[in-house]
Amino acid sequence: MTSTLQATVLDTVVEAGDGALIRVPAAGRLRIVDLWGNQAVDTLLYDADDVDNRYSAFDTVREQGGVFLTSGSRLLSNRLDELAVITGDTCGRHDTIGGACSQESNVIRYGEHTRHQHACRETFLRYGAPAGIGQRQLGHNINFFMNVPVTAEGGLVFADGLSAPGKHVELTASRDILVLISNCPQLNNPCNGWDPTAVQLLGWWD
Amino acid sequence: MSWSHEITGGAAWSAPVRAGRSVTLTALGSDANASVLLYGPDRLDRLNVPDTMKAQMSACIRPPMVLMSDRGLALASVVSSTVDWHDCLAGFGHDSHLERFGPSSYAADGNAWRRSARTGLVSELAKHGLGEADLCAPVNFFSKVGIGDDAGASLSWVAGNATAGDRVVLRTEQDVLLVVSTAPHPLSAGPYAPAGVEVTVAPAAVGEEDDPSRSFRDESARALEMAWRVLA
Repeated sequence: MTSTLQATVLDTVVEAGDGALIRVPAAGRLRIVDLWGNQAVDTLLYDADDVDNRYSAFDTVREQGGVFLTSGSRLLSNRLDELAVITGDTCGRHDTIGGACSQESNVIRYGEHTRHQHACRETFLRYGAPAGIGQRQLGHNINFFMNVPVTAEGGLVFADGLSAPGKHVELTASRDILVLISNCPQLNNPCNGWDPTAVQLLGWWD
Repeated sequence: MSWSHEITGGAAWSAPVRAGRSVTLTALGSDANASVLLYGPDRLDRLNVPDTMKAQMSACIRPPMVLMSDRGLALASVVSSTVDWHDCLAGFGHDSHLERFGPSSYAADGNAWRRSARTGLVSELAKHGLGEADLCAPVNFFSKVGIGDDAGASLSWVAGNATAGDRVVLRTEQDVLLVVSTAPHPLSAGPYAPAGVEVTVAPAAVGEEDDPSRSFRDESARALEMAWRVLA
């Protein structure tokens, strides 16, 4: 649904384990393309004018009445402001309850030998710093293309992704927002198909 | 020495609690809800519900899970519970969740004034030099939000998950700041009648090798080990 009225103003590749901080103006559209398939893209959203008005996973989940994100999901802030809406999704569903990886949570999940492996929190902190996004501003994120099924019995698992090469998800900004991305470097579970790969960012706005 | 405090329904409260204490939350009425936030000793490290869930493969909180922080440390262990499901998916209530009860103010309603969990939690955080930026996903003790097996994994509040006398016992694994709201669960459907919750703090034995939270999963044991290093 590329509009002919707006030029492509962003077309860039984020390598495996790298990140990005993108300012998307209101009504702008940001597409994330899973170039090689099964790549988790950890994403946080902020009100561009106030980074304490930030994406809230659990407010978003509660207000939509379901765990998974897909087309039509309104991505809400911790003040219940709509930051963006998912307006395109060829993958089908995305996780927002599994959080990001960090060196510290890797130690918990996989053991001390993973302490110095690269992890999403380092990318978030590095790319967020110029916008005043520090540890306090790191809320619970979206994991685009990641599959974390939950069960009626209260169980939760990390499963193989539903994504495939070329699948994409598209956001339309509801106000001026900052999109903070970590292209996940996790090597210890199937969220990246055991092989982190690059993703493409495409943007359309005036 | 042990002590107790009764948080009335619809209120908020906070207290520092030293490591190695049992914290018993007791429901004082039907459908009590205690939205709980936990902060570590530096007040920057805080409860991380996603890490707590994914490390222990659970979409709700129940014994003998360990409540983990952003920094990969155990904040508290869930020692026992008379209810088998404590919600951690639905967040805490906002002012908008009280709108269906109509307007409310101190002038009109006195201390029965209806205030949201968010309002109360932010107020309590501010007393400790914290604020809105420090909010995180809570555990909603005593509340159950059922997960559907439909494509979207729909969420629905379950009435009657807790009644008066139900209790959950936590053990602090670090010096923590405990922040509690007893405002209604944001998905609750009933009339406005939030039940109170009693908090009892008492000395607790540090978990031994055979402690259920330590032997639950390797991940739980590692989070406890990291917390104990802080105290070593």
